[in-house]
Amino acid sequence: MILCTTIQLSGVMHMSFLKNMFKGGAAVPHRKNTESCETIKMGVPQKVVIPMLQHIGAPCEPTVKKGDTVKVGQIIGNSDKYISSPIHSSVSGVVTDVAPMLYPGGVYVTTVEIKTDGVQEVHESVKPPVYSNHSEFVNAIRQSGLVGLGGAGFPTHVKLSPPSDKKIDCLVINAAECEPYITADYREMVENPSGIVDGIKILIDMLGIKNVFIGVEDNKPEAIKLLKDITEANNSISVVKLKSRYPQGAEKMLIYSVTGRKVPPGKLPSDVGVIVMNVNSISFIAQYVKNGMPLIKKRVTVDGSAVQRPSNVEILIGTQLADVFEFCGGFKCEPRKVLMGGPMMGIAQYSLQTSVLKQTNALLAFDSTEAELPPESPCIRCGKCVEACPMNLLPLYINLNALKENHEELKKYNTNDCIECGSCSYVCPAKRHLVQSMRLAKAQLRQAAAKGGK
Amino acid sequence: MIQEILIPASVIGSLGLLFGVGLAYASKKFEVKVDERVAAVREALPGANCGGCGQTGCDGFAEGVVAGTCPVNGCPVGGTELVERLSEILGVKVDMADIKVARVMCAGTYSNCLNKFEYSGIRDCTAAANLYGGPSACSYGCVGLGNCARACPFGAIVMENGLARVIESKCTACTKCVAACPKKIIKMVSNSKEYTVKCSSLDKGGLVRKNCSVGCIGCGKCSKVCPTGTITLHGTLAEIIPDGCTNCGECIKVCPTKSIQRNRCGYVVNVD
Repeated sequence: MILCTTIQLSGVMHMSFLKNMFKGGAAVPHRKNTESCETIKMGVPQKVVIPMLQHIGAPCEPTVKKGDTVKVGQIIGNSDKYISSPIHSSVSGVVTDVAPMLYPGGVYVTTVEIKTDGVQEVHESVKPPVYSNHSEFVNAIRQSGLVGLGGAGFPTHVKLSPPSDKKIDCLVINAAECEPYITADYREMVENPSGIVDGIKILIDMLGIKNVFIGVEDNKPEAIKLLKDITEANNSISVVKLKSRYPQGAEKMLIYSVTGRKVPPGKLPSDVGVIVMNVNSISFIAQYVKNGMPLIKKRVTVDGSAVQRPSNVEILIGTQLADVFEFCGGFKCEPRKVLMGGPMMGIAQYSLQTSVLKQTNALLAFDSTEAELPPESPCIRCGKCVEACPMNLLPLYINLNALKENHEELKKYNTNDCIECGSCSYVCPAKRHLVQSMRLAKAQLRQAAAKGGK
Repeated sequence: MIQEILIPASVIGSLGLLFGVGLAYASKKFEVKVDERVAAVREALPGANCGGCGQTGCDGFAEGVVAGTCPVNGCPVGGTELVERLSEILGVKVDMADIKVARVMCAGTYSNCLNKFEYSGIRDCTAAANLYGGPSACSYGCVGLGNCARACPFGAIVMENGLARVIESKCTACTKCVAACPKKIIKMVSNSKEYTVKCSSLDKGGLVRKNCSVGCIGCGKCSKVCPTGTITLHGTLAEIIPDGCTNCGECIKVCPTKSIQRNRCGYVVNVD
């Protein structure tokens, strides 16, 4: 009897006060300038460029060729590999080119270029999915082309079919949106809370999950209130107010904050019985089940000091960055740095000819005063990066050993556990390129492993 | 009194004599035969113990050479003088033309090759190449941040205007730079071959021309003019097959982009 009370009490405790807070992180400024900007729809651009790799996993093979006519929602790239996701045309028009394009990471990826006709005729394959059991549902999700919309782009159908020996009892909806500037998830919560709940209900039905937590950072009171009101009647869904601290929205941090479970290094959330879904992904599921339209558009936050009219824009996937910035009133001044993604984890773009992808959630353009990095200076061993690292790593030593190519030491410091959140680089007073050296260290370890394996 | 001195002295003295005779006998009886050539070869080696030959060190290499398990020109450090000296010691003849040097298969200096973007990160080629293949417009060419120069233990690579250049007289063919280059554009070639296609780009000709003024555009003029037919085209990239090349220099005359270059720096005359 006493034991039972204690459990209930602790359950209530972390529901309301949130006992668990991950270690480290950084107090980054929020800069959610666009939080009150209602989503505006961008029209159909002249042409779209759709890369065949918009997810983690195997790239797709194009199923169309130059000269083909395509319609909205038609599959234009697919793969028979399990960890992959089909790619659909976001427009109707004519394929003008199928050519390789340079991708971040330095590899070439096939892209399909489509000249639009502006009609946006919907392909006959687009109809609401019919499913009656879990495997049919997962198959339908694969057909929808859904990948993790939070930024990583992990194919959702893989996430929704965990190995049978792992019991999933908990669904965590990631609505933390801890990166500065980005408000794409926030707008979804404010504009479409019922869609989120519908999506959750579908997953509860299909996966037999009992507990659903929606984790929202406490800098979004309006979203918390809306979601709380709409989920009040439903006992299995609870909204969890999270402390605003970067990287609250990182999968492992979020799981710990919400459920108190720790995902061991090298393991997946399913190992601790949790599935994490982005808030936009979940409402996409509801929309897909309703009308069968695959993932062809994305809400993107366009912001930064060089942008004339910061806004939240609904953009067709494949729209080139130049067209997007043009739609937002162009640039105030010559942009010095353009990021795809947030300022902490986003990737700098070298050209405005690249296009919006499924997992793009923000496009930021900065003028020269904000874009320049201060010069790197020697490490003073202050240990701030160690305090900031949410994964309990020692970034300064990984940095040191990466520059010395000391692979044995890199292994000892568990380099591969780094989630590349950027907290260490943010707090470093010497402005050392810590995250970049983590990536370099990982590349070195991969290389060493490949060499050792032969 | 005098006895107290004499007795220990004679005891110690005779013991010393006894052991001396014993040791002298043992050294004759249990003598380990050493090939004096091993010592001579060891003496001639540079003694850096770098392991570039693939042996445990210079001692291992010396034994290997005398035993015939290592090639006479197997030491990457010693260069031609060492090969000459070793062939003298061992009484064998070696073809000097077979000495390899590293060559950078790219001529894209900052002034020749355009930049895609300005890079401000770790000054390391691998790190830079992980971002869109590096700042250079050509995604096959030299990144120019000097990983190879740092990896070279002999100071044989210098960075000039964003391009690595091998000083062939200092190069010892240890191949450390080949492993260090993330673009894999450093190749080991026979140093008697003067002409090399200094480009690694597999881009189409038009794009190469747009990005770089000295890139190979795959026009095929060199392969047509080559009298021994040793130049082949791999897609849009010409390659000179070293075996057939006679250093005639016809190819360099017709190359429109000057991506074939002559390299006489470490040229060694065949001494046989």
